Amino acid sequence: MKESRAYRTFRIINSLIMAFVVICTLYPFLYLIAQSFSSEAAVYAGKVTIFPIEFTTKTYEIILSKPDFFRYYGNTILYSIVGTVISVAGTAILAYPLSKEKLRLNKFFTPFVLFTMYFGGGLIPNYILVAKTLHMRDTIWAVVIPGAISAYYVILMKTFFASLPGELEEAATVDGLTAYGIFAKITLPLSKPILATMVLFNMVGIWNNWFGPSLYLQSKEKWPVALYLRQIIDSAISTTEMGASSDIATQIAATVKSSAMVLTALPIICIYPFVQKYFVQGMMIGSVKG
Amino acid sequence: MARKKNEKSKSAKQPSLLNHIKREWRLYTFLIIPITYFIIFKYTPMAGNVIAFRKYRGGPNLFGTEWVGFSYFKMFFKDATFWRAFQNNITLSITYLLFRFPLTLLFALLLNELRGKRVKKFVQTVSYLPHFISMVILAGMIKEMVSLNGPINSLIASLGFEKIGFISQPQWFPILYIVSGIWQGLGWGTILYLAAMTGINTELYEAAKIDGANRFRLAWHVTIPGILPTIMTLLILDIGGLMGSNFEKILLLYNPLTYETADVISTYVYRMGITGGNFSYATAVGLFEGVIGLILVTTANQISKKTAKASLW
Repeated sequence: MKESRAYRTFRIINSLIMAFVVICTLYPFLYLIAQSFSSEAAVYAGKVTIFPIEFTTKTYEIILSKPDFFRYYGNTILYSIVGTVISVAGTAILAYPLSKEKLRLNKFFTPFVLFTMYFGGGLIPNYILVAKTLHMRDTIWAVVIPGAISAYYVILMKTFFASLPGELEEAATVDGLTAYGIFAKITLPLSKPILATMVLFNMVGIWNNWFGPSLYLQSKEKWPVALYLRQIIDSAISTTEMGASSDIATQIAATVKSSAMVLTALPIICIYPFVQKYFVQGMMIGSVKG
Repeated sequence: MARKKNEKSKSAKQPSLLNHIKREWRLYTFLIIPITYFIIFKYTPMAGNVIAFRKYRGGPNLFGTEWVGFSYFKMFFKDATFWRAFQNNITLSITYLLFRFPLTLLFALLLNELRGKRVKKFVQTVSYLPHFISMVILAGMIKEMVSLNGPINSLIASLGFEKIGFISQPQWFPILYIVSGIWQGLGWGTILYLAAMTGINTELYEAAKIDGANRFRLAWHVTIPGILPTIMTLLILDIGGLMGSNFEKILLLYNPLTYETADVISTYVYRMGITGGNFSYATAVGLFEGVIGLILVTTANQISKKTAKASLW
């Protein structure tokens, strides 16, 4: 075939491009990990590339010896779990009826939900509502409620529900199941891919959320780890704030920052490849109809 | 039986709305909590934008105390800092879009050409990874990468050039913003394209091959037209999101030294409103931003509807 040589050249070039993308994507992660296991002197001299220089776990010991760190981490875990339950439940019970074409009021409710994708209240009215009108400031609710249901996720889930075979539901109706029974016993068990997707997306969203907590959480003991990390990165930790254990303050350096970043990102990086199969499937089904 | 009844009523006469609700009330009860949530947390703040025209004096009253008309709008229209933020907003978002959009599409097409299933999956897994990193970590990574002792400056120094203070020099901000954005979002951006590609009828490829099309023509004449609706949908969404630039990232990455090129409308709103306490003024600026965004998405949608027959609604 005439094209074969040109095509072979293309495939080689394509592989090189892919290798380049992979290396560029991974390098910052590898650098960060290498840095976190290297001595401060080596980092400072700019000697670290992707392998640790003068291997040490000192910075991890410093961070893990701080009870504070576990408290922030615990807060993040708590917010993620509570927030994910609320978000996924809320998204599911909204998407389910919206996926039913026979519901006539959906002509009103669907645009009502979708409009929020294109126009929002804006930062200030949201802030006043949450902090001053509803007095949710400094509570877990300010972190997990305001962003609980996103219209985009509702569309994804609604499209998935709509793709499920309607015959099953009809058979269940004949068997005497109500809408509640159908939803709990038929629809949800068939929706594992989209449920896994929603759990991952919402969990990642809350785990990584920095701005919401920084707006609403005043007491430091309620901070999620993202806020603490932000403080370490900014090296804004003054000796006084750190209290008695001022040794950490003097040792805040590039290495501590990178270890903290590694520890914060770790759970997400570990979980996501296992859920990938589901979210790719979930997004694919969700995008077929758009 | 139930089905028959439904068909009959559709062809003849729809049941009255009341009867319809009576029959389907259980399904409607699902909506009670989420719709209440939308009213409180999405629509009330929208209504709260009214404080752009009223004076807000603090406290729980989201709607302010007295009408002041357009005076806050007049104020920011005369404000040089606002115009700087406006200009930065447009420059940053449009340049970012111009780089990211074609690159993502190209990357999706190239990924689609990969033959080995495992290789493809590996590249995808790696390329999605940065999407799951928080902005705090992204900003931290950027700072580490471009710090004076970091790898990029080490490279620059080894080539015999002077080290660069990327974080403190305004002219570098747009580059950091765009490159890091592409780094984080390139792989993730391909996911919907790849999904759309798997939906293309394989017979089209077979037919084109019989007609003598090579790989490149297949991509051009089959793949791209096949994913055009997806391309248009994503483009509309991107255009709609032009004004709302990556607020969190900028907030984490900029500093007074780089305000000159980094300050955008949303960061300006944040400083004026949350930090400065000028709630009504900041709301006026935010409302301006939101309305422009809404106009952009509506216009893009109309154009796309007419030209490519793809639309969001």
